[in-house]
Amino acid sequence: MPPLFELRDVSFDYDGVPALRGLSLQMMAGERVALVGANGSGKSTLLRLLDGLCFASRGTVSFDGQPLTAEHLADDRFAFPFRRRVALVFQNPDVQLFNPTVFDEVAFAPLQLQWPKETVLAKVTEALDLMGVAHLRERPPYRLSGGEKKRVALASVIVTDPEVLLLDEPTATLDPRSQSQVIDLIHEWKGSSKTVITATHQLETVADIADRVLVLETGGVAASGTPQEVLSNHDLLLRANLVHAHQHSHGGVVHSHPHIHSHSEHEH
Amino acid sequence: MKRGFLEATTLGFARAVTRAMLSEQTARQRGLLQSLDPRVRAVGLFMLVLAVTFSRKITVVAGLFALALAIAVLSRVRISTLATRVWLVVLAFTGVIALPAIFVTPGNPVAALGSVTITEQGLRTAALLILRVETAVTFTTLLVLCTPWTHVLKALRALRLPKEAIAMMAMTHRYVFLLVETTSQMFESRRSRTVGILRPEQQRHMAARTAGVLLSKSVSLSNEVYLAMQSRGFRGEVQILSDFHMTMWDYCGLLMFLLAGGIAVWMGR
Repeated sequence: MPPLFELRDVSFDYDGVPALRGLSLQMMAGERVALVGANGSGKSTLLRLLDGLCFASRGTVSFDGQPLTAEHLADDRFAFPFRRRVALVFQNPDVQLFNPTVFDEVAFAPLQLQWPKETVLAKVTEALDLMGVAHLRERPPYRLSGGEKKRVALASVIVTDPEVLLLDEPTATLDPRSQSQVIDLIHEWKGSSKTVITATHQLETVADIADRVLVLETGGVAASGTPQEVLSNHDLLLRANLVHAHQHSHGGVVHSHPHIHSHSEHEH
Repeated sequence: MKRGFLEATTLGFARAVTRAMLSEQTARQRGLLQSLDPRVRAVGLFMLVLAVTFSRKITVVAGLFALALAIAVLSRVRISTLATRVWLVVLAFTGVIALPAIFVTPGNPVAALGSVTITEQGLRTAALLILRVETAVTFTTLLVLCTPWTHVLKALRALRLPKEAIAMMAMTHRYVFLLVETTSQMFESRRSRTVGILRPEQQRHMAARTAGVLLSKSVSLSNEVYLAMQSRGFRGEVQILSDFHMTMWDYCGLLMFLLAGGIAVWMGR
């Protein structure tokens, strides 16, 4: 089976500041991949490349065997099916929620894809119910809490039932309960049959959302493996700045160990 | 610490924006305007604004003002809200413009202030101008107070206003709140790190820097929003769902608006 996404020697820079350097990787249909890395490691940039929102300064990116270029996306015959099949949830929900009401927000994508009105209404209702935000449909996004905004942002992309879901820090800035709700919602959304690529630096969620983990470091892939393999490699996590050596004392004996920040207590 | 002029103005603007956004509760009450299709409200009130503009007789404009009051009461809009938000503000701004007309318009003198004469025609001109603006703004405010902003936009779209203009208005409404909030936080952050009183030139420098940072933030935000739109299939043309349905009551309402406007224009010609 050919890869769904294929990147060959991809580099990208923001006004001369490199974000990705010589990146090569493949992602298969139905895979659940976590992109982990410290701030500035290139996770968000990679998601934007995969969504065709920015384009490599060097190397090639392809989707389902077709090149993902500005020229190709300018063609409606490629762009409409691509936007229908691939969806991105931005890290900052305020960026994504630009419509006057929650209903308009969720209806935005199907309307742009020129679906019939009846289909739009049915699909929007379905997505709002699935994400548990049906009661907010007439509310303006600026009056929602952080967790509600995230759910509406998710509803606004799953409404078109995309094959690929790209998530940029889906649980960042959420309280623990909202975090677990968002993770559950991602699972509930036919997770097993879909390709879900999640950028995160919250290691405690990785095992729940991914079968494969790519550790990004200074714009390249530092390591790849199952969540168990990656999370047990403390040297790698330390080097990638995903954990830090934590020193404290128990009963007067000072010791240190790698420390993963999470909202839950860790055991010694 | 005492707030500077710019900071106080910005925070005042933030409060006004917040109040305006929370005013949608009037739009959700049961009342005359609220019972009509938003397109009828928009067209009808626009007709009345036109009638106000074309009427040359002060009695006719006063009659339209009375009609605006009646619509406000039947739509459960508090008169005190109109008085503080509309009438006093309009009086202050229009009064400044209308004041010279009292003295410079030739006609029958009614009073004299030293060498300056107040004429009957001057008073009429000033009164007509102020009453006209008060009435027109009252009708417009009634539309905004009695209609959720989303419905105003959809109604304008249904009235064939360009999609791009509607999208810009929707975006402005959505993000002005976010940017005003950001500005307030920037001022708070600055205040938390400032000791003593800044000299006026330092305050001006600080304000200029704040404006620059805010501009950069808004440019960055607009770029991100555009990417988010593209990601969800936006191809340069906004598609909007319009689900309004006209009933017999709406047609009756539209007819009444048109009749009232037509009669006012004919009587006030």
